[in-house]
Amino acid sequence: MHMKTSTRANVFEIPKESQAVRKRKSILRRIPGWVVSYLALAGLSSFILLPIGWLLAAALKPDFVPIFTQPPEWWPTSYWHWENFVRVMTNETIPMARYIANTFTIVLGNMVGTVLSCSVVAYAFARLRFRGSSFLFNVLIITMLIPWQALMVPQFLMFFKFGWYGTYLPLIVPSFGGSPFFIFLIRQYMRTIPKELEDAARVDGLNYWQTFFYIILPLSLPAITVCLVFVFLGSWSDLLGPLLYLDTNSKFTVAIGLANMATRSGNSLWNLLMAGNLISIIPMVITYFLLQKQLIGGIASVGLKG
Amino acid sequence: MSNNLKRQKRERVRPGYLARHEERAAYLFLSPWLIGLLVFWIGPMVASIVVSMTDWYIISDPVWVGLANYKEMFTKDRQFVNSLLVTLKYTAMSLPIYLSGGLGLSLLLNLKLPGMNIFRTILFVPSVLSGVAVAILWVSLLNPDVGAVNYVLRELGVANPPRWLGSPTWAIPSMVIVGLCGVGGGAIIYLSGLQNIPPQLYEAAKVDGAGPWQRFRYVTWPMLTPTMLYVLLTSLIGAFQVFDVAYILGGTQGGVGGSLRFYLLYLWQQAFRNGRMGYASALAWVLVVMAAVIILVLFRTSSRWVYYETDPEKA
Repeated sequence: MHMKTSTRANVFEIPKESQAVRKRKSILRRIPGWVVSYLALAGLSSFILLPIGWLLAAALKPDFVPIFTQPPEWWPTSYWHWENFVRVMTNETIPMARYIANTFTIVLGNMVGTVLSCSVVAYAFARLRFRGSSFLFNVLIITMLIPWQALMVPQFLMFFKFGWYGTYLPLIVPSFGGSPFFIFLIRQYMRTIPKELEDAARVDGLNYWQTFFYIILPLSLPAITVCLVFVFLGSWSDLLGPLLYLDTNSKFTVAIGLANMATRSGNSLWNLLMAGNLISIIPMVITYFLLQKQLIGGIASVGLKG
Repeated sequence: MSNNLKRQKRERVRPGYLARHEERAAYLFLSPWLIGLLVFWIGPMVASIVVSMTDWYIISDPVWVGLANYKEMFTKDRQFVNSLLVTLKYTAMSLPIYLSGGLGLSLLLNLKLPGMNIFRTILFVPSVLSGVAVAILWVSLLNPDVGAVNYVLRELGVANPPRWLGSPTWAIPSMVIVGLCGVGGGAIIYLSGLQNIPPQLYEAAKVDGAGPWQRFRYVTWPMLTPTMLYVLLTSLIGAFQVFDVAYILGGTQGGVGGSLRFYLLYLWQQAFRNGRMGYASALAWVLVVMAAVIILVLFRTSSRWVYYETDPEKA
């Protein structure tokens, strides 16, 4: 900790140069740093933007033009077959419209399940006093750390016995039991709501359910929104779940439909695959732009409080 | 005095009407989770211990085999060892890159420069994209003969660029490259960690004559260690959850010569390709134990390097 003592005297020295000169000098000194920073940022951005440009270029090509060119096309230049997007929607091997509708069914089911269960459970953990609360909260944290995939075999066997194989039920119903991660997230947020609000409501004669429903729930909407966005992104892109439980093309989701086409050997419709792939990321990108602040705030708070 | 204490004690043992009322409400509120916990977690967990001691092909009846599955795993199953090695290799290769990359990126994005919001927007986009979409795109870019990556490498003068997914040695580096565009997600977490560091600390360090490196070493780094612990924890456990990208890049067989047969992919293969539910359950239990060991070791050693600021208000 030598830095604490070594140069303390300098602070009290009278500056020899005028403020303006010093300011100009310090700006000049910073320029190389800025150039390096901008170059690094531009390089990193191109690592993300160029592939997306390539994806668009490939998606817009007609059927018999190779998507691989030398040099690669980082942006569509010669072909503009926008009808590829329509074709992939109604294509027989990858009916994207069907996949999208199927995926939305699952996504919506999961959203409803998550809101109904997690907000209620989070309220109990955030505010109510009961015996065993710290024990149950520890259980919650432990289940948050166990990878759910470790349970996929017994869960599969259970749902198989229920006769749910080939339906969307195994992909939706578990969300009604609450997800430990989202419960934790909402609980952390609820704890920041002033307790006086609740006390006032109780004095006014509201019971626990009414207090939750009229006071706490509306105030927790920011946290619930973040959870909903995570649920949306998560179940939209989930591959393993649909891979386990869905067996017919007409029931497939976007992720598994695309994955099947991509891993099937001898696929010749690369342009359609790329068009489908591009369509599949549009909902995520739109969500990202609409809810950028909440989303980033959500990811960040997860890291800080976890 | 003693009477008072006694009364207090009794009150704690037998809660009053209001407290009991509250407790009843609490358990009602908790019920969806408690039911879910029982049906989707505890039930399957107990069941899977039993299943892991059987030979159970989904169509036939289970046969009790005791610990034979575990014995086979640790003595005979070379694919199990291989999948562990693949997972380990990927972790060893990706973790330092993602950790330092995320940190570096967040330091870069934390600079106050004009136009920074645009860069943030661009660099954070991949953190919301699905693994499937990104992997499908990169399979094409990494095509060894006609792909864009190797074109660029040849232009840069690399005569024999790697075969990427077509070569067992380059398959895992390919995975690392594909995951690289997700570094933005880690950077978000670091960035918020950085922005939570009180600026007074930097000012005080500056007054004390600390240069940029010293400010990083003695202010930024210790203040970021809790965030680092979180990222380290999630990425270590995450390595055992790698599936989507490996599935697309390597297919159902796990890449050339099993070079992309990650632990979870192997578990999935055993359960749903070979139908060995018992053996797969045993694999799943080993996964839980490994995750638990990682968590314990990290938390036990964290006190040596993680800096927790003592709250002056509480102290």
